[in-house]
Amino acid sequence: MKLFTHNLLTSSIIKGVTKGYPLKIVSRKVEISEKEFNPELIARLLSRVEWSALCEAAESVGHGGDLPTSVPENAEKDEEFLRKAHHVLMEIEVVDGDLVCPETGRQFPIQNGIPNMLLNEGEV
Amino acid sequence: MAVQQELSERALELLALPEDEPCLLLDLGCGSGLSGEVLTESGHMWVGLDISPAMLSVAQDREEEGDLLLGDMGNGMPFRAGSFDGAISISALQWLCNADSKEHHPPRRLFKFFTTLYAVLRRGSRAVFQLYPENDKQLELITGQSMRAGFTGGLVVDFPNSTKAKKMYLCLFAGGTTQSLPRPLGVEQTQTRKERLWGKPPKKSREWVLAKKERNRRQGKDVRPDSKYTGRMRKGAF
Repeated sequence: MKLFTHNLLTSSIIKGVTKGYPLKIVSRKVEISEKEFNPELIARLLSRVEWSALCEAAESVGHGGDLPTSVPENAEKDEEFLRKAHHVLMEIEVVDGDLVCPETGRQFPIQNGIPNMLLNEGEV
Repeated sequence: MAVQQELSERALELLALPEDEPCLLLDLGCGSGLSGEVLTESGHMWVGLDISPAMLSVAQDREEEGDLLLGDMGNGMPFRAGSFDGAISISALQWLCNADSKEHHPPRRLFKFFTTLYAVLRRGSRAVFQLYPENDKQLELITGQSMRAGFTGGLVVDFPNSTKAKKMYLCLFAGGTTQSLPRPLGVEQTQTRKERLWGKPPKKSREWVLAKKERNRRQGKDVRPDSKYTGRMRKGAF
């Protein structure tokens, strides 16, 4: 699960949860890989990234270091910033761990990089 | 395999995304990642959801670019509002109509699915579902719930006259300005654009025959009265 995907995920599907965001990451295995840098794609995705949640997530998996606290002006043209964003969004993957709902504490296990969002009968 | 690819390409075409712009898409029922691959090849980023761990495992082995999630569409979409530029689904939606357990209630699951999907799509974007409905009733249930959830749009049927080639795509619009349904493939156009513009009925159709008879009556000619047999299609040599 890339940190980009984590940034979109909520536990709002659980009955009784109002926002369910952001999900806390408990990581047991994190992998860094190299992905092709596509500045146009990153610039486009920036508009829907919740930046503070991203920083928090990066911090919690131990790769928070480099990120500015907020998205700079004209980020779409700022290649250095886009590269940092690309690294955090696309190249850090949680392979093993849990996602935790901030309202109920319910855990969604991540196995082989795939979060399990299946619900039990009572939660629907 | 090729069929899935064709279906995915057609679904992507029906999404009518802006040209040459990478988009973030949702692949519902992504399975082994065949449809996702088509999305990647078109330069898009995608997130796939499927209920089968086995299929997702295959997708991982194929090293698909999109992120995969194990989940049930009927539980709703676990994403922030307005996250996606579009959604596709290949041969998956009809499964929501099955009640896999006592607690499952298909209409409710469909409604939950469509309302949450509507929320996670950006205004003005589309969701295209290639599906194989078991019967008319199932199709009605699906389209009905999608409309109740706020979607507009409708069914696009490619090659409607061929049992082999016929494919159905439910093309839904998530708000935004009104859009017209895309044109289906394999449907003959009986009128030229000019004829359509003039507002004339197509040549030799029933309306054309009735209009012609009326013209002749006005000219004072002797015309047979109209009946239910007027202008009907006749088989072969008459």
